[in-house]
Amino acid sequence: MNGSLPFWPEQASSHAAQLDMFILAFSVLVALLAIPVGILIFVFAVKYRRNKSVDRQHAPNRKVWLEVSWSVLPFLAALGFYIWSTALFFDLNHPPSGTLDIFIVAKQWMWKAEHPGGQREIDELHVPVGQAVRLIMNSQDVIHSLYVPALRVKQDVVPGRTMSLWFRAEKPGVYWMTCAEFCGTDHSVMGGKFYVQTADEYAAWLARSGVDLSLAASGEILFRKYGCSGCHAASSVVHAPDLTGLYGRSVALANGQTVIADEQYIQDSILLPQKQVAAGYGPIMPTFKNILGEDEVIQLVAYIKSLRQASWRVK
Amino acid sequence: MTVGATLETSPERTSYLRAGYTLWSWLATTDHKRIAVLYLYSITAFFFIGGIAAALMRLDLATPGGDLLSNEGYNRAFTLHGVIMVWFFLIPSIPATFGNFLIPLMIGAQDLAFPRINLASWYLYILAGLFTLYAMIVGGVDTGWTFYTPLSTLFANGYVVAALLAVIVVGFSSIFTGLNFIVTVHKLRCPGMTWSRLPLFVWSLYATAMILVLATPVLTMLLILVCVERVFGIGILNPDLGGDPLLYQHLFWFYSHPAVYIMVLPAFGVLSELVTAAARKRIFGYWFIAYSSVAIAIIGFLVWGHHMFVAGESMYASAVFSFLSIAVAVPSGIKVYNWIATLYKGSISLDPAFLFAMGFIGLFVIGGLTGLMLAMIAVDVHVHDTYFVVAHFHYIMVGGAVTAFFGALHFWWPKITGRMYNITWGRITAALIFLGFNLTFFPQFILGYLGMPRRYHVYPPEFQVLHVLSSAGASILAMGYLLPFIYLLYSLRHGQPAGPNPWGATGLEWTVPSPPPKLNFAETPVVTRPPYDYPIKDPMSRE
Repeated sequence: MNGSLPFWPEQASSHAAQLDMFILAFSVLVALLAIPVGILIFVFAVKYRRNKSVDRQHAPNRKVWLEVSWSVLPFLAALGFYIWSTALFFDLNHPPSGTLDIFIVAKQWMWKAEHPGGQREIDELHVPVGQAVRLIMNSQDVIHSLYVPALRVKQDVVPGRTMSLWFRAEKPGVYWMTCAEFCGTDHSVMGGKFYVQTADEYAAWLARSGVDLSLAASGEILFRKYGCSGCHAASSVVHAPDLTGLYGRSVALANGQTVIADEQYIQDSILLPQKQVAAGYGPIMPTFKNILGEDEVIQLVAYIKSLRQASWRVK
Repeated sequence: MTVGATLETSPERTSYLRAGYTLWSWLATTDHKRIAVLYLYSITAFFFIGGIAAALMRLDLATPGGDLLSNEGYNRAFTLHGVIMVWFFLIPSIPATFGNFLIPLMIGAQDLAFPRINLASWYLYILAGLFTLYAMIVGGVDTGWTFYTPLSTLFANGYVVAALLAVIVVGFSSIFTGLNFIVTVHKLRCPGMTWSRLPLFVWSLYATAMILVLATPVLTMLLILVCVERVFGIGILNPDLGGDPLLYQHLFWFYSHPAVYIMVLPAFGVLSELVTAAARKRIFGYWFIAYSSVAIAIIGFLVWGHHMFVAGESMYASAVFSFLSIAVAVPSGIKVYNWIATLYKGSISLDPAFLFAMGFIGLFVIGGLTGLMLAMIAVDVHVHDTYFVVAHFHYIMVGGAVTAFFGALHFWWPKITGRMYNITWGRITAALIFLGFNLTFFPQFILGYLGMPRRYHVYPPEFQVLHVLSSAGASILAMGYLLPFIYLLYSLRHGQPAGPNPWGATGLEWTVPSPPPKLNFAETPVVTRPPYDYPIKDPMSRE
């Protein structure tokens, strides 16, 4: 048994500190609403006990102003906290530009991470301190949920969708990373360590775990190996969209909708090409669902994202 | 006098308990009071089965390594605990026992509108219950009571489809009960029993019945969709077939959030009866309490998305659901403040039933306000799927609904059985349950904020102290739940006859003998006075 009795979780980010501030302030409101109930129930139970001689005359049966005030005032107070909490939540949904994008694959019962340089790790995640990091997450089987209590964030990872989660860890250290969504037999041991490292340590770790090729470079090889370039190259005779500068752009679809080409869109286009067909192109692309492994999909997505430097060719 | 005596001895005026002694006279009864007793026996049995699973879990969690059960065994234990407690105890608990017994008596009717459907609902319940036990104990189900896809459809071991079928069947039992209550309250009120004279217990069960009838079919349809996908391979929820797992969660919580109000609205109704009887005073704010039940029933249908803040729901949808979840707390708050105001200048007796009511208010306030915390999205992102949520909903469902169930049991036991139980033991039990409950579940709020996820068989060692506290509390709580078995059963044989109205309470159910005769009322009662019409107090009176 651990000797210390913990009462407050570690704070590894400024979001964690802000949320703790929120919960403490909100606890004050909660106490203001609850304590009068606790006191009055005892006071009345003692003061108006049966067989006790006490003035019981003119007991009210209704008082509208009282009813309205104890309905409306707590609600208005809670609304103030609602605005504060929703603002914190919106921040969690708006990553800054220039994030370090790390791919995560969840499966029963492990977390696998792939860094842009091609470094991979299992049940561990190394991130640099002070840098905004975005996790781009997919599940291979059931719903999982990546949870780092020290950051006060979690995000479910739903199969068939690409989910993302961003954070900026601000205190170096080793924290607990785990799965919060029940995912089967070994759910409770699906977790590991979350390392927040200084820039130097992180660079050293990347170098130690180094591989020959970055994700994008591996993806470029695959792009040719699987024949993607045969259709998607600018010089191709097949009528297929040019992918240069695609990432982050809005794409008109054949069904009249418009979507932003994010990681989910790119991945879906590889695995489920008929789901969202770009306007002006025939639905001729075959699926690569049973051809590509999960690592290869990540490498291809990273490669296509890397094609953003060149400007989009106007047609 | 002679007329009265003949009435008392005529077969119709003998107690419902003496109307027949054979097993068949019980199993084929259409008397709402006997069906209520059948339900009381059966839900008590399920409560203890679910309780054994909980005890196993708490014992197992005393050590971080989970040395008692295997991972699989632990997952099966919490699935059994959840499924049994939700569908076979909490949802039927107060409505099917006390609602069945009391609604006709409270509104001056001889029975529910459809006595045979009432009996059919009990048979469906038993059928589904036995089938669930078979599926869970023989086959084992390890999906959690939520049956989230695709875990439940593609990856789980065990008898998932069997368990789903049982839940579909028990849903029809709920729908039958709800339908019966709605028609009864509309059509069978005695002369003078206007809507403004309806006991608040009946108002709350009326609102509950609306939810039962409107929400349960959604669950039924959803589980049928799951079966259709499994059997015919039609893509509805499975992403590989073009379905969407989040559709499951939306439909599931569209039922399961209102289901929380199915559990707690009847408890509110019980509280209004207990508080007025203990204070011998008219309820403060009758219409606010009555309409707040209806408001909860309506708004309760619009908050399901707060279960999905981190599931991939749109950010704007989350903001709306967060707002509505704060709004639904208002009518619950109104009720609590009105009960307190009712005590003011009352004549309060500390009978066991009132001690349970005090316990309910304390636990429900904590459960409700932590629910308000969870409605704040940023908080939920951190504590969703942790012990914080586990503690919150146990405060509502166990601290709230189960405590109210025990309060109701101690209040109406003399009416149902005709006997008084030992008051001192009743008070000790109320205190034990309150203390044991808080010791069990308060540490779980801290565990949750520290980041301890729920449904974890193995956990980091630094959480052990709080887990051991929680398990110790669970043993006290278990004692509190077992004690009534002894003194209530003892009272059946040795208790003093209770007389028609041992608490001096108002309400038509207290005007008939205890236990009530087979035919509730010798002649149709006529109501001429408002509800809770306790006499106005004299100056400086002791009453």
